[in-house]
Amino acid sequence: MTLQDKTAVVGVGATPYYKRGRSLPQTNLELAGKAVLAAVEDAGLTIRDVDGLALYSMGLGGDTSLFAQVLGIPEVRFTATLTGGGGGAAGSVGLAAAAIVSGQAECVVSLMTLQQAESRFGASFAPRGKPGAQYSAPPSPQGNFIQPAGLIGPGQMFAVLAQRHMHLYGTKREHFAEVAISTRANAVPRETAIMRTPLTLDDYFNARMIAEPFCLFDFCLECDGAVGVVTTTAERARDLRHPPVLVTASAHGGHGRWGQAITWMGMPDDEFASSGHRPVAQRLWAMAGLGPSDVDVALLYDHFSAMVVLQLEDYGFCGIGEGGPFVADGNIRFPTGSIPVNTHGGNLSEAYIIGMTHVKEAVEQLRGTAVNQVEDARVALVTGGPAAIPTSGLLLTRP
Amino acid sequence: MAPGTSPPGGEPEVKLVPGSLIVLTPDSWTLPFWEAAAEHRLVVPRCTRCGTFRMPPSPFCWNCQHQDVEWLETPGRGTVYSFTVVWHPLLPDLGDAVPYVPAVVTLPDAGGVRLVGGMVGVRPSEVRIGLEVELVWRDVREGTAVPTWRPVRSPVDGSGGPH
Repeated sequence: MTLQDKTAVVGVGATPYYKRGRSLPQTNLELAGKAVLAAVEDAGLTIRDVDGLALYSMGLGGDTSLFAQVLGIPEVRFTATLTGGGGGAAGSVGLAAAAIVSGQAECVVSLMTLQQAESRFGASFAPRGKPGAQYSAPPSPQGNFIQPAGLIGPGQMFAVLAQRHMHLYGTKREHFAEVAISTRANAVPRETAIMRTPLTLDDYFNARMIAEPFCLFDFCLECDGAVGVVTTTAERARDLRHPPVLVTASAHGGHGRWGQAITWMGMPDDEFASSGHRPVAQRLWAMAGLGPSDVDVALLYDHFSAMVVLQLEDYGFCGIGEGGPFVADGNIRFPTGSIPVNTHGGNLSEAYIIGMTHVKEAVEQLRGTAVNQVEDARVALVTGGPAAIPTSGLLLTRP
Repeated sequence: MAPGTSPPGGEPEVKLVPGSLIVLTPDSWTLPFWEAAAEHRLVVPRCTRCGTFRMPPSPFCWNCQHQDVEWLETPGRGTVYSFTVVWHPLLPDLGDAVPYVPAVVTLPDAGGVRLVGGMVGVRPSEVRIGLEVELVWRDVREGTAVPTWRPVRSPVDGSGGPH
């Protein structure tokens, strides 16, 4: 038994997206609540229909006890969090589906809230921070083998993987630039996007270098905001406001030796220059009975431009090592490419809410209401962040 | 110097993050590594049952789940597996520390496990994957030393190591 097509995403909602710190004086909980209420309203439901929460990223977005108490959820019948960090973004919807298919709950909210006024996610592995800072890792016995070299931000760490990919396969900065530029082009017409000025190759190469090979535009934004997603049974979805968007497959996890990934740098040699998604991709395709050629639009977690290239390889849109030339050939461009990627502007140019904007965009694409609508989109791939275990993937379809 | 720009007169030599940012919190399994490091010896734990090296040191062998290890002293030679050149100071304390170059180095004498350290005695553009490097212990404070890596046949000889 799998969860294939037994549940559907029926509601999505979001706050406006803000540059880091600009959401004040709203509180974190307030942002979360606004997104949840918008998502249930979008579904044609009320908060009194909600009976579960399926979260991710280890407490980062808030806790069920507070949401339930403040928002007025009558009874919580399921609450769980995928371990890890942003890797679980897409997987949180799979967790919701698992709760529903197993009969534990019927209407489950997945949610991410991010507010970076006091501290910055970009330095989340720094060995110290302000007292009480939310995103600063205390020194750990494992981190002791990384931090003394000055690897303290995710961007620096993924730069090490990208550098290896360039060495092995001849991938170029121009390839990473194409991801940044095409994603920006998708953000330009969107009122929700934070970055709406077209990006040129000159802009890219004139930008300051942050951590080679990554320059400023290879990095995602630092944002505040919240996104909520409502999942329920496929049967109940038929009676709700929008055409159902079926959860056709979901998978999370990763090879055990991928482990802590960027925070230990001990990944197996044949996987080091990857996104860590390969085993997740295989299980996702197997559950759905689909493959990359069936996908109409791909919402790939883009904390760093290069990791889009590596995910295109790991999900089989092109061969391993061929991701650079694949994007250079225009394949990820909307609307002309063979597989339009991050039509919402992604983490790079719309907003970084740890991947939940990707789920929202997939749903809008399959409803036919996206700003950058892929014609007759029927199958959407959503991924969680290349990260420590778990990474995750989600296939949504329009029946 | 503004981050990302080259100073007049050529490329700067790489730097290291300030010692004040280096905080070690060993547990009982990693402590032998750091105790040896303080004596400028590189030791790597190897499974006494199947011979698999473990880094970072950990309570179980990932290959055979055995616990006991022997600590092998190794020469501290390696090859750069990958790296990044950090130009942007992520924290205020790092303003004078860029560019610095964290390097992931494989240790051929310890089953190919990797050990991360900052590069020293080199300019950023000289660092490349495959570069042969040797370990230079950096004394951070009394009783605390961390690994850094210098190219074999370094252009800066006899520096005695960074501090």
